[in-house]
Amino acid sequence: MFRYILRRLIYMIPTLIAVSIVTFVIIQLPPGDWLTSYIARLSSTGETVDQATIESLRVRYGLGQPVYVQYAKWMGNLLKGDFGQSFEWNKPVLDLIKEPMALTFVISFLGLIIHWIVAFPVGVYSAVKQYSVGDYLFTGIAFVGAAIPQFLVALVLMWYVFVQTGTNITGLFSPEYREAAWSVGKVIDLLKHSVTPVLILGLLGSAGLIRTMRAMMLDELRKPYVVTGRAKGLKESRVIIKYPVRVALNPFVSTVGWSLPGLISGTTIISIVLGLPTTGPILLHALMSQDMYLAGSFLMLLSVLTILGTLVSDVLLGVLDPRIRLSD
Amino acid sequence: MTEQNLDNGTWQEAADREDTATVFVASQWKLMYWRFRKHKLAVFSVLVLVALYVVAIFADFFAPYDHNKQNTKLLFVPPRVIHFVDADGNFSLRPFVYGLEQQVDARTLTKTYTEDTSVRYSVQFLVKGDPYEMFGLIEGDTHLFGLEGEERSLFLLGSDRMGRDMLSRIIHGSRISLSVGFVGVVISLVLGVLIGGVSGYYGGIIDTVVQRIIEFLQSIPTIPLWMALAAAMPVYWSPVKIYFAILVILSLIGWTGLARVVRGRFLSLREEDFVMAARLAGAGEMRIIVRHLVPSFLSYLIANLTLSIPGMILGETSLSFLGVGMRPPAVSWGVILNEAQKLRVVAQAPWLLLPGGFIVLAVLAFNFVGDGLRDAADPYAR
Repeated sequence: MFRYILRRLIYMIPTLIAVSIVTFVIIQLPPGDWLTSYIARLSSTGETVDQATIESLRVRYGLGQPVYVQYAKWMGNLLKGDFGQSFEWNKPVLDLIKEPMALTFVISFLGLIIHWIVAFPVGVYSAVKQYSVGDYLFTGIAFVGAAIPQFLVALVLMWYVFVQTGTNITGLFSPEYREAAWSVGKVIDLLKHSVTPVLILGLLGSAGLIRTMRAMMLDELRKPYVVTGRAKGLKESRVIIKYPVRVALNPFVSTVGWSLPGLISGTTIISIVLGLPTTGPILLHALMSQDMYLAGSFLMLLSVLTILGTLVSDVLLGVLDPRIRLSD
Repeated sequence: MTEQNLDNGTWQEAADREDTATVFVASQWKLMYWRFRKHKLAVFSVLVLVALYVVAIFADFFAPYDHNKQNTKLLFVPPRVIHFVDADGNFSLRPFVYGLEQQVDARTLTKTYTEDTSVRYSVQFLVKGDPYEMFGLIEGDTHLFGLEGEERSLFLLGSDRMGRDMLSRIIHGSRISLSVGFVGVVISLVLGVLIGGVSGYYGGIIDTVVQRIIEFLQSIPTIPLWMALAAAMPVYWSPVKIYFAILVILSLIGWTGLARVVRGRFLSLREEDFVMAARLAGAGEMRIIVRHLVPSFLSYLIANLTLSIPGMILGETSLSFLGVGMRPPAVSWGVILNEAQKLRVVAQAPWLLLPGGFIVLAVLAFNFVGDGLRDAADPYAR
């Protein structure tokens, strides 16, 4: 087991380096030297530009030096926990991204739980009662759900609730909690507001998981041990829940890995529509105003955390199913 | 059945049947076609898609108006109702719409519209309207349907904040939205077959490296990555340039799925006897790949291609919706939806959300067709 985890960790290193390179390239994408445009922006608003500050920034990011030196400096700063400076907010990037990142993961994780809650009973039911009306109904709904873009549902829902009740379901906090420090009340407020985005995220995305669950269950149900169980006189519910369901549960863990990128993507776009203070709107804004250190850090952290999530799901799968950790 | 039980007549029939059996030889494609035909939803979806694409190709003719023509007097007109029966209960075969009466709310200055039943305009087919140049070649001014007269507007799906006809915008927008899927998939296909084929055919270290790269690309959340890449496009780029840049951005992730399919097929097929036979017969590697391997998984590939088109369509729509993809004056379904981002606007004019319905329709149709193709791809399965 330890060797399995170690191997997975070593596999991760090239991936993380690749992520950092992609991020660095994206930071460098906008034309021109960002410091020049930063100075231009400052002078256009009439602020004076301190020559000493500029010089220190130039040294800190290795500007004017070859690209690989800049990359090395940036990486070195990153490892020390210095994500760079946001020029738009004039604050260290780290201060700006902590809370949105946390909220993004709360929303995505809750969405994942909804995935599970929906896909488990529906998948089992559809497999046990294959080709029944319920099976067609559920798989049909899941099929349609997978075809609807999440932002569209968010838009329509936002409009519908507004027209029906006059309330605006945007945001994650009520006004009185928006600037308040964290407290039990604020957490409850957050949970209340996250119902809409989490449901959109969880319900629309569950189609894939339902499919896998149903297919796995169907495979297991045809196996001889199920017949043996029945022949020995076990109750039908017990035959199903005790054996095939347990085996068919594997995808619940393994899909965490590949559904995480989708969940993060979904959270990003839904947040922009619903104005949630997660990474989505800030990332979009940062990209629009070419605040590249902020945007790059978001992209990097989202990717890194996704990769970590995949790692956790791989390890969990290894714990659950010895065949996997022994085979590779 | 034994021979003794058969009288002369049945003998003859059996012989006939044997004759006909030798005459009917169904090719693999024919078998697939038969199997596909059984999937009624998929067949219906093919018709829907053909209709959507025909309308998109001949958008100038099918759209009742020029999609950029503004009408400052008719902002946010709700979708008009087409009548066959007038206020007095008289039936007319020719559909018509009533005149529009505009009221301006004195306090909020918002306009509302009611039908003026004293005036009626009949809907004409093949009507002369806004001039256009189809494909930049054919000049014309005939539209499939519309109202006679210049200043009145049909607005079947309402009008937007500049008084442009929503239906015409949706029809013209479908050109970008629907073509992105096809062109993007072609780029992904080339990359996928090339890289996936190399990875699966040679195996070993090349395979490992390619698989790691694919895993890496698939582990990055797509929307943030697409946003970052799309936002880096210079503002001054022409719509055509942006269009191709978006295709490249979408294909950057799109090829990975196809490469996996191709690789998997290569891995399982290269051990088959017919490959060995071809090799013994002295066929070169390229010939084995192109003449023997590719045809045997072509059907799988087509099914997978169809299933990856919706992702491309949704990708373009999402980017344009966010304002980092296609930009006005170019029009796509995402660009139209971009104007529906503000709650205030949507509350006033919910019909701005209508392009969303077309997106769902197109994506669903592609999914059904892909599903049908996947079942048909292996006609020998149960």
